[in-house]
Amino acid sequence: MATKRIVEHTHQSMESMSLNMGPQHPSTHGVLRVVLELDGEIITKATCHLGYLHRAKEKHAEYKTYHQFIPYTDRMDYLSPMSNNTGYVMAVEKALGVEITQRCVYLRTLLCELARMSSHLLWLGTGALELGAMTVFLWAFTQREKIYDIFEWIAGHRFTVSYMRVGGVARGDYEEWRRMVREFLDQFMNAHREFETMLNQNEIFLNRMMDIGHISGEEAISMGLSGPSLRASGIDYDARKDSPYLAYEEFDWEVPIETKGDCMARYLVRMREMEESWKICNQALDALEKTKNQPANIDNPKIIYPPKENVKKSMEDLIHHFLLASEGFKVPPAEVYSCIEAPKGELGFFLVSDGGPRAYRLGVRSPSFINLMSLEKMSIGHTVSDIVAIIASLDPVLGEVDR
Amino acid sequence: MELTTGAGTIPGVKEGTSDFVTLQAPEHALTKTLSDAIAYARRNSIWPVMLGLSCCAIEMMGTAAARYDLSRFGSEVFRPSPRQADLIIVAGTVTKKMAPVVRRIYDQMADPKWVIAMGACSSCGGMYNVYSVLQGMDEICPVDVYVPGCPPRPEALIYGIMQLQKRIGKEPVF
Ligand code: SF4
Repeated sequence: MATKRIVEHTHQSMESMSLNMGPQHPSTHGVLRVVLELDGEIITKATCHLGYLHRAKEKHAEYKTYHQFIPYTDRMDYLSPMSNNTGYVMAVEKALGVEITQRCVYLRTLLCELARMSSHLLWLGTGALELGAMTVFLWAFTQREKIYDIFEWIAGHRFTVSYMRVGGVARGDYEEWRRMVREFLDQFMNAHREFETMLNQNEIFLNRMMDIGHISGEEAISMGLSGPSLRASGIDYDARKDSPYLAYEEFDWEVPIETKGDCMARYLVRMREMEESWKICNQALDALEKTKNQPANIDNPKIIYPPKENVKKSMEDLIHHFLLASEGFKVPPAEVYSCIEAPKGELGFFLVSDGGPRAYRLGVRSPSFINLMSLEKMSIGHTVSDIVAIIASLDPVLGEVDR
Repeated sequence: MELTTGAGTIPGVKEGTSDFVTLQAPEHALTKTLSDAIAYARRNSIWPVMLGLSCCAIEMMGTAAARYDLSRFGSEVFRPSPRQADLIIVAGTVTKKMAPVVRRIYDQMADPKWVIAMGACSSCGGMYNVYSVLQGMDEICPVDVYVPGCPPRPEALIYGIMQLQKRIGKEPVF
């Protein structure tokens, strides 16, 4: 089993070397740059340099109408655009004070969980690839392609979906689509078992993951970690359970917890989360079947776009469409914070409105950014090769870190 | 004996080898055939450098994975080191902070080298007309093929690579 590699070190003992890692590095998940101080092979300091993907999203929010900003949220955490869309429109809905329909609740729950699965699959594939397991990468991508097909069918795009709308969704779902989701879910657990057989008993994988990148529960809380990284340190916090939104309260599922707080624990939490997502998806799909004759969008033409066929026939709908497209709707002055449990952790949107058709200010609490701050804490005392496993286990997405 | 053509001596092609027999032809035909052969080899083994900048990189990975299988076109060997690569697929937003890095990677690649700008962002800045984003990566280095889309589908990227392959066939080798 893995030997504990944490070595006592003294700064004075040896001259330290500084090693630059990134921004073009295959295992930094994009354009993360870490400057490492090394004592021999042991890391004594790890400084993250950010901003290589700063695209001024929050500034864009001040210049776009509420609907126009939805595509920008896709590209924040580009592994789970459905969750980002949902988080953002929920904040706007909170400021507006609108209640969405029950069917829309189920649809959003289902899609958010599918997004969680696809995000965790990518983490699994690339994380394993960085530790040398190529097969897992190919298998994970095969599953992801199936999820992309599902998204493409309903939203028209593979992963930058922009599917959620304030007050509803872009278009409804169909019988055939639900069958497609069912087919995917039916085969998913098999694939999940295969992943576990590949990795859980794999000596190399275990050696690279066990006792690496340890962080305790208190430290995790004081650093503001959230999501699987927090739950792997024994803290039972999940926004889906603790401040329920959408339909999570209705469904039967559990929050996976691990106590060790190392890379392996984070791996186990994410693997179990996929199973739980699978359970939620199945229940949400059943609920969708039951409510299939109800509308998915709210009945408020001032907020939601009218159906395209009606725009061609009715004068009133045309006017509504024109107003929404040219000017957008106005949100009464408000300050709201709304958060969801995105695949990476708690994703919050803080929206300030001054009564106009654009946000006065939009602040994003992005989980990757805050989780990444624990990198230094986790990596001190480990060897250079371990930092690859640690970054992979944190699963940062740089689009969300830099925004 | 080494084989001599109108373009000079070809090292490595020795008498009695199969290459020698194939290449024994009138002088102009010889040069033509040789450049064809080299172009054939080049365009079917374009190794891209691993440069995933943002969202488009996910589609680039998808292209290399099982369903779209970029290896059918000889380009699946993503190299982390620019020294070993012929092609740079700029997949994602090039910010002003990242631009010098991209240029440096381009400079470090050995000739002949090609560039594909994948996605709206690297082609023209895309949806980010702001202070931090470079409005098209052709501001920092020459681009051979632009692949439109936000992000382009894997099919589109494959099509872009095929266009590049056609182009490589037409370039003079000598
Ligand atoms: S073109 Fe679109 S998908 Fe590609 S990097 Fe730019 S925003 Fe992301």
